[in-house]
Amino acid sequence: MDRPQPDVVPGRLTAAEIERNFRDLHPPLSKSEALIAADRCYFCYAAPCTTACPTGIDIPRFIQSIRSGDIEGAARTILSENVMGGMCARVCPTEVLCEQACVRNAHEEKPVDIGLLQRYATDPVFESGQQLFERAQPTGKRVAVVGGGPAALSCAHRLACLGHEVTVYCRDAKLGGLNEFGIAAYKTVDDFAQREVAWILSIGGIEVRTGVALGGELSLAQLCCGHDAVFLAVGLAGVNALGLESENLPGVVDAVEYIAGLRQARDKSQLPVGRRVVVIGGGMTAIDIAVQSRRLGAEDVTIVYRRGQEHMGASRFEQELAQGSGVRIRHWARPVRLVGKEHVTRVEFEYTRIDPDGRLEGTGESFALQADIVFKAIGQEIDWDELGAASRVLRVSNGRIGVDAHRKTSLDNVWAGGDCVAGGQDLTVTAVQDGKIAAQAIDRYLRSGG
Amino acid sequence: MNKYATGGVDLASEFLGIRSPNPFWLASAPPTDKAYNVNRAFEAGWGGVVWKTLGEDPPIVNVSGPRYGAIHANDRRVIGFNNVELITDRPLATNLAEIRQVKRDWPDRALVVSVMLPMNREAWAKYVPMIEDTGADALELNFGCPHGMSERGMGSAVGQVPEYIQQAAEWCKAVARIPVIVKLTPNVTNILGPARAAKKGGADAVSLINTMNSIMRVDYDTLTMYPATDGMGSHGGYCGPAVKPVALHMVAEIARNEATRGLPISGIGGVTDWRDAVDFLALGASNVQVCTAAMVYGFKIIDDLQSGLSHFLKDKGMSRVADLVGRAVPSVTDWKFLNLNYVVKARINQDLCIQCGRCHIVCEDASHQAITHTVDGKRRFEVIDQECVGCNLCVSVCPVVDCITMETLTSGVDSRTGRAITSEKMDWTTHPNNPMRRQPP
Repeated sequence: MDRPQPDVVPGRLTAAEIERNFRDLHPPLSKSEALIAADRCYFCYAAPCTTACPTGIDIPRFIQSIRSGDIEGAARTILSENVMGGMCARVCPTEVLCEQACVRNAHEEKPVDIGLLQRYATDPVFESGQQLFERAQPTGKRVAVVGGGPAALSCAHRLACLGHEVTVYCRDAKLGGLNEFGIAAYKTVDDFAQREVAWILSIGGIEVRTGVALGGELSLAQLCCGHDAVFLAVGLAGVNALGLESENLPGVVDAVEYIAGLRQARDKSQLPVGRRVVVIGGGMTAIDIAVQSRRLGAEDVTIVYRRGQEHMGASRFEQELAQGSGVRIRHWARPVRLVGKEHVTRVEFEYTRIDPDGRLEGTGESFALQADIVFKAIGQEIDWDELGAASRVLRVSNGRIGVDAHRKTSLDNVWAGGDCVAGGQDLTVTAVQDGKIAAQAIDRYLRSGG
Repeated sequence: MNKYATGGVDLASEFLGIRSPNPFWLASAPPTDKAYNVNRAFEAGWGGVVWKTLGEDPPIVNVSGPRYGAIHANDRRVIGFNNVELITDRPLATNLAEIRQVKRDWPDRALVVSVMLPMNREAWAKYVPMIEDTGADALELNFGCPHGMSERGMGSAVGQVPEYIQQAAEWCKAVARIPVIVKLTPNVTNILGPARAAKKGGADAVSLINTMNSIMRVDYDTLTMYPATDGMGSHGGYCGPAVKPVALHMVAEIARNEATRGLPISGIGGVTDWRDAVDFLALGASNVQVCTAAMVYGFKIIDDLQSGLSHFLKDKGMSRVADLVGRAVPSVTDWKFLNLNYVVKARINQDLCIQCGRCHIVCEDASHQAITHTVDGKRRFEVIDQECVGCNLCVSVCPVVDCITMETLTSGVDSRTGRAITSEKMDWTTHPNNPMRRQPP
């Protein structure tokens, strides 16, 4: 029986319970733990972990610095390749990147705790605010960076270090992008995203304009006129739709939007939480919204994904984190109907399978789940409207902005990176690398007379 | 009942006629300073102790600051250790009374008394009979401690001058009725001089090594040496696992040298587990003494020492410790007698290789560029026989047990030198490159 009234209320748990549920997922290493963990690094030649790191951090080198007690040296090694090494230490899916490549896996099926060691090395920098880098001689060149997330900040920081003047145009009221508005709260506690932003800006030479979006009072053409180069890192502001009737029914919620609200909430116990929550999707956002719903007190949380466990965008670690938090994950089913009059009460699913041609098809069998809230977590896309006229001149690839190996777009003095470009992995660490590569390319361009 | 009498193996040991249930004695040091500690050691199963060194009254005074410093691996395992503690700081009468009681309570254990006296006959004539009167099994003359007492003309100040060793040993032997062991310092250029002097002076045995002159490190905050007493430090005696190779060399030299061969040796220096004991015994020591390991882990390590040695002897088909003593001595020789026709090549077991690349980079940077990093475009570490000199560096750095081994070539051609492998030996004494070579008869 469908309930007449949806059961969506705040305060399912006490503030103390919520505080406990949203503590650091991976508490930092103590000094002893760090030394023991560091001792496990073999200091490999052409280390596979470094090759696996999208930003190419010289991991054995920074671990050697930890071992020898040169923590500043360790931090410098990390942050010179990845200015968001602090956030990446918290949110990188290390189990599919550096730690997956660790040769210790072949030896004893337990990699070196690279992520935790990276955090150990970088935390003191953000606690003290110590500046590790110096700006080069001013070049007099001006670069516009559009966006406020990891790609934008990485690019801005590197350009500022190289002596250029940077203006960051950010549509949100705060910088940080998904670090600030998207990542699960228990992965980045104590306002770390803002502390990291403040540290990045402290290099100097970066002017920030918040609340300014392309497409509004600002056009790409204007930016190109007023600056020597432009870097676009606008992210994916559009949300994919389920393509079902009643998608606008109250209680059918965009997971990204809810998480942004959660991240900004002063008091999480005031957030409305459904008793029965259904999450549709198979990526990191699906896991994040499901786990956080549980931690806010939802009783019954189910992720439904249209393909198999092995196809999920979320790593195995993330899947197990969800299951360990009491989230049920169901595979091979897709939503076919959202039911409810004033508010969603139920979702009907059809079982799926791969047909002989490799395409997903429905089996004709179905089931239904009661739901007070249905979260859509089926991916985002570029908001082309935001790009305005620029969307007609930029080369598009796979629905995103097409770029070359140097993150250069089809336009002469415009580069792009982060989630809005084609070929990325939609990770903080790859966005940082995009920003770094683009900054280096822009620097070469500007110094060659551009 | 000896619970370590495994498979017919008897660990019982006899050294200079002194019997002990096993060949593991605690060396003269803080663990053997008082009846309290020694009783605990015997309860734990130690075969014997060498009581912490006695001296003349009034007793010396130790610093009340740090006496020890350590070199740690990152997991805080102690790999090297040093101390500035002097000989016993308790009155002689107290020590003698306790020694007498302990020997009475533990008649089956070896109880040797370490002693350090000034270079005069009267002192030896006075104190040796007093110590013997306790019923102790033997004396060990401390000519080894390199710190503090050496400034007063004792310890290593004696051990570094063979004539002094001989003289003091003679004074001691002139009055002693129990066996006399001379404990040697490693702070010499050649251990054979002191060993020969001990023998000449009438010593029944030698024990070695005592500790090595050392400064552990500096304090990185104060930039003073560490450890320091009120801001000042003095060199200490170095010991622990890190000194074992130095000790083994000295033991083997005494065991294989014509002038000292047959002189009983009590081996000391970094013994931590039973394999260390096997090293000392096989290289010529008749028993071993342990200090640092007991100071770092407590007396319980005797269990591993006994059980491990029992199982080792059983596996080797030996029934007594004596069967092992000196077994490796014939394999120790001078470099000039090493077979220069012998050829080995490194072999990497690709199934065990974890791809860390350590072998490649050390061979590349420090050796002979004989290990690949890429084969057919893939990360792969293979030995290039044409370059491999068989140096063992790769084996030494590989983190995987038995992944890299050295294979002896017995036929064919060494692709590095182009020379045929031969079973005929040739050493430096006959090598054509040696201008001083022996001419064939």
